[in-house]
Amino acid sequence: MQALHFDIAHMIDALVLMMGFGLLYQRRLRSVLRTFAFQATALAAAAAWQAYIQEAPHLYATAAIALFFKAIAVPMALNWLVQRLGIHRAVETALGVGPSMMIGVVLVALSILLVLPVTENATALTRESLALAMSVVLLGLLMMITRRNAVTQVVGFMALENGLILAAVGAKGMPLVVEISIAFSVLVAMILFGIFFFRIRERFDSLDLHYLEFYRGERQ
Amino acid sequence: MSAALEVWNPLWWVLGVPLAGAALLAVVPSWRIATWINVMVSGVTLAVSLGLFHDRPPPTPMLFIDDFNVYLVVLTAFVSFTTSVFSATYIARETQAARLSDSHLRFYHAMYQAFVFTMLLALTANNIGVLWVAVEAATLTTVLMVSLYRTREAIEAAWKYFILCSVGIGLALFGTILVYIAAQPVMGAGIAAMAWTELMPRAAEFQPDLLSLAFVFLLVGYGTKVGLAPLHAWLPDAHAEGPTPISAVLSGLLLNVALYALLRFKMILASNGYTVLPGPLMIAMGTSSVLLASFMLYRRGDIKRLFAYSSIEHMGIVTFAFGMGGALANFAGLMHMTMHSLAKSAIFFAVGIISQNAGTKRIADIRGLTASDPLLGWGFLLCVLAIAGLPPLGIFMSEFLVVTSTFARQPLLTLPLILGLLLTFGALLLRLQGMAFGEPGKDMGHPRPTRTGSAMVLVPMYSHLLLVAIAGLYLPEPLVSWFQAVARLLG
Repeated sequence: MQALHFDIAHMIDALVLMMGFGLLYQRRLRSVLRTFAFQATALAAAAAWQAYIQEAPHLYATAAIALFFKAIAVPMALNWLVQRLGIHRAVETALGVGPSMMIGVVLVALSILLVLPVTENATALTRESLALAMSVVLLGLLMMITRRNAVTQVVGFMALENGLILAAVGAKGMPLVVEISIAFSVLVAMILFGIFFFRIRERFDSLDLHYLEFYRGERQ
Repeated sequence: MSAALEVWNPLWWVLGVPLAGAALLAVVPSWRIATWINVMVSGVTLAVSLGLFHDRPPPTPMLFIDDFNVYLVVLTAFVSFTTSVFSATYIARETQAARLSDSHLRFYHAMYQAFVFTMLLALTANNIGVLWVAVEAATLTTVLMVSLYRTREAIEAAWKYFILCSVGIGLALFGTILVYIAAQPVMGAGIAAMAWTELMPRAAEFQPDLLSLAFVFLLVGYGTKVGLAPLHAWLPDAHAEGPTPISAVLSGLLLNVALYALLRFKMILASNGYTVLPGPLMIAMGTSSVLLASFMLYRRGDIKRLFAYSSIEHMGIVTFAFGMGGALANFAGLMHMTMHSLAKSAIFFAVGIISQNAGTKRIADIRGLTASDPLLGWGFLLCVLAIAGLPPLGIFMSEFLVVTSTFARQPLLTLPLILGLLLTFGALLLRLQGMAFGEPGKDMGHPRPTRTGSAMVLVPMYSHLLLVAIAGLYLPEPLVSWFQAVARLLG
């Protein structure tokens, strides 16, 4: 029975990871947002499943936050922002889809190689969940680095955060998980607010010539 | 402990006063009254935190105080008090120039106290999760204050700060989760596996490889907030574009808080004993910060950026010292942390008034300060000499200790350090000469401050300077033995 519990947990975690690759693969902003919504839904399922098998009811709250805030509210808000601010609908990439996927695979291999040997004492549940969660974190970082405009960077950041929450719910009996996911939601809400309020369309340190007229720190 | 005693836990007061102050300031409509409330609330916080020396409460699951953090709590309360005094003059002059509206100022004062609260919470937290939440909240409040002027530069700086530090604290959280996973098989699931006071005695039983992996994430994560090279990109912008009182507390206090978090985790690794050595990693990042900042100092044209890079350099020295470890180097690191906080915030007090007078932050347009306003000009000159490391002031003493303790153990490592220190000294003197001497430039900025107005800048600045000078010449015996006790604690 326990083995089945673990298998289901790992399957849901792997689904989150798959969606992480999906985010790297998409070339259109709308599809990126939809993929992110799927990833957040999978995260909610993972949290709810952990709540069930660990008998930790507070994790249901984390699942609810992931479902309502990240899978529904945030993608809707970002879609609205994209239309409102007239942001490019195509994803601008600093590195093509093919190479980013390759690097992604390397990162997953790296996290498995790193995590599995150091967690021999931990339960099987924690071990593999942690390796998958770390892969999701690294893929989120990769997306922030290789995708240019502000919305895709924010999605990359939130994907990174999904990985962190995945690690936190997988760690047996970790306290404060709900508080941490609330703290992150506040952070994400602030970022969205910032994009809207200051009309940030591009990352500022991009190499686009168009933005070189901006202040660069020292030139006076 | 009974519930009645719990209410009188002084730590609740240390945290409660700034939090209540933030709530109060959020509803006070007049900025004139708000500046005074801000000063008073900061003063009460300082008084309450001084009480911690006499009455040290036992640790609770969430909060604790020991030899190490009590001194940082008092330092934080002291510098935020003096900065609130300086801020009163600074804000009054900004409103004369109509750079800030009333609602912005209400927001500014409420955020100031909220920021002090988050720093004190991070310092007194007994729980690695609470520590993380506090550092995250400190980032949020300061981002809001950096973007206060709503200029394009300020928004760009705030955005850069926000994104880089969000990623940083995200990685720090991953490290925190890994520490919990390492502790959980030994301590059992639950709150005890996240409490410093519970983790420390049993750190030797934790899985060492997992702790090593955790430390890498924590170093990159909290290291971003300390401003260590190559993760420092947010720091100069955030210091330069925000209001100057915020630059003073960012440089003087927030960087210390982030480093404190890192040092606590280093203590766990040190008492485990089988992990990777955190020292060499910290030495590498410290040295690269010192060297990078010392070269960058030469090409700065903006007075606030100049001192922001100097902060990177000093945090590099402190990280280097703690990386070396051992009683003497830790002692030097603790002393340098304190001296830098005092001297750098004093410099920012002076810089705030100087750039308001001159109406610009361009170094080339600031001239003859010692002639135009002798008290301010000479004070500024002394502060910059102190931060550059001129003997016999306090910073020279701590830098000297860092260099000698390194030389005794790893002579080759002193070479890049000394190179960095000399380059910095040269760069600061070069810039200082133009600013301090020569024909005074024409004031293009605000009208001169009133007598009380300038006293409220000069008194905090000279009191910091006095403390730095005294520490250079003579450290009282109790203070020395106490620094030594903490240095041993750090391992």
